[in-house]
Amino acid sequence: MNPYELTVGQAADLLAAKKLSSRELVQSCLDRIEQVEPQVKAFLNIQPDQALVQADAADVRLAEGGAGSLCGVPVSIKDLICTQGTATTCGSRMLENFVPPYDATVISSLKAEGAVLIGKVAMDEFAMGSTTENCAFQTPDNPWKSGYVCGGSSGGSAASVAALECPASLGSDTGGSIRQPASLCGVVGLKPTYGRVSRYGLVAFASSLDQIGPLTRDVHDCALMMNVISGYDRLDSTSVQRDVPDYTAALREGLAGMTIGLPREYFGSGLDPEVEQATMRGVDVLKAAGAKVVDVSLPHTDYCLAVYYLIAPAEASSNLARYDGVSYGLRDLEADSLLDMYKKTRSKGFADEVKRRILIGTYALSSGYYDAYYKKASQVRTLILEDFKQVFTQCDLLISPVVPTPAWKIGEKTDDPLALYLSDVLTTPANLAGIPGISVPGGLTASGLPVGIQLQGPHFAEDRLLYAAYNLEKGLALNTVWPKL
Amino acid sequence: MKITREELEHVAHLARLNLNEEELTRMTGQLDNILAYVAKLDELDTTGIAPTTHAFSLVNAFREDQVSPSLSQTEALVNGPKQNGEYFVVPRII
Repeated sequence: MNPYELTVGQAADLLAAKKLSSRELVQSCLDRIEQVEPQVKAFLNIQPDQALVQADAADVRLAEGGAGSLCGVPVSIKDLICTQGTATTCGSRMLENFVPPYDATVISSLKAEGAVLIGKVAMDEFAMGSTTENCAFQTPDNPWKSGYVCGGSSGGSAASVAALECPASLGSDTGGSIRQPASLCGVVGLKPTYGRVSRYGLVAFASSLDQIGPLTRDVHDCALMMNVISGYDRLDSTSVQRDVPDYTAALREGLAGMTIGLPREYFGSGLDPEVEQATMRGVDVLKAAGAKVVDVSLPHTDYCLAVYYLIAPAEASSNLARYDGVSYGLRDLEADSLLDMYKKTRSKGFADEVKRRILIGTYALSSGYYDAYYKKASQVRTLILEDFKQVFTQCDLLISPVVPTPAWKIGEKTDDPLALYLSDVLTTPANLAGIPGISVPGGLTASGLPVGIQLQGPHFAEDRLLYAAYNLEKGLALNTVWPKL
Repeated sequence: MKITREELEHVAHLARLNLNEEELTRMTGQLDNILAYVAKLDELDTTGIAPTTHAFSLVNAFREDQVSPSLSQTEALVNGPKQNGEYFVVPRII
């Protein structure tokens, strides 16, 4: 086995046992990246020299003993998480030359545990998109099938992990941006509870919905990553002061006593039969592990997407007002007045989808329309939250598909923004309710494309989610097969 | 509710964006489709329902007002597209 094929857990064990050095592991991943990257195109910025320096430092720490849980393990980072001294572009011309003078809290946490930052990965511009086709620089290819989308907006994260370029990545999820690409690329992706992981240093898209989370090749690795990034941060006043359990401790086989809900609204029209079959295979696995499965209803599911596509653009229009050409990012230097500078800078720096969402958001918040759009959406959001509260009195977790279909061809849906928005129909509810959700690989379609299975749980039930996901993974026994590249 | 071209021009001004003729035409159509879709919320009676702005509500997160290390002036200015070592420089306002 080549070192680049190792999972985080396997690599960490070998590193701790001194059977592998971090330099060997990181060099192996760098070689793999060099080999497959011309096709995969996941990385916007690879840092070989810096990664090897970090690997050597990790090897020193490993030799001294008492090293952190991720010591020497390479991780890729979605390019909207600030990394001190390394460009953080958000996939946008607006921030093409932005080099943050500080690290995001999750980056500080990874560094403290000895993780090696191997590079920054592609994403839809400002995380707005479902295919990474809105990245201003490049669109990754789905590692399972060339010419197909890898999903988005954390498409580079999912593609880099599925292509065995690195064992783990950090992404962000505002309406499904971790779970959706994880599903389309056949990796594990977790969106934590709102407030579980610090957002300090995460470039904001929609502040009441954004969460950082891991993408990995198995559930155990996801738990290892969550152990490192979770917890209260005084620099993010929306992070929650609550103890972080050892998420790996929850991973044991057998689900006796657990009740899993099957929400009927998630199995509506437009659901691909192979996606539905994969989910039902997951249901059988959970039953075989001892769980009880019950039918449940979340009656306002059908309204989630409409609520999301008002609230997210409204918050984005406000958050993205900061890109005015004054203190960082692009500036149009020919403008002769301040207003002209704002307008020329923003019109040049943002591409279509970002402009579209800023316009929708500005419209929904503008005088005369606020009550009809933003306030109405926020009220329906209350009904959606109540649905989840109610349903979690009947069951411990929910099982459903993640995306209604497998990956589609690059370019297939670029002309119709609304058609693309509809692919987020099963992932936006968790963001609106602030609950955790995970995508677990559920096998391949007949044409060889991955399909994910989604589990959702109540606030701060990540341990329960990972426990059930672990059983799903064990029962399906798929995670030994990776795409040929 | 249909969005008119004039309304879109106004919204673009509020958002500090310039849209050319082609963009105005295309975006008016696209925004119309999106607004027609989100209008399905009107099916629901939300009278008396409190809006949710944060899914996991916290009370105010207060802390002691203590001075702690922060970015130096040089670091804070380093990404400025135009700066003089002390300030960000912008086109003349008055």
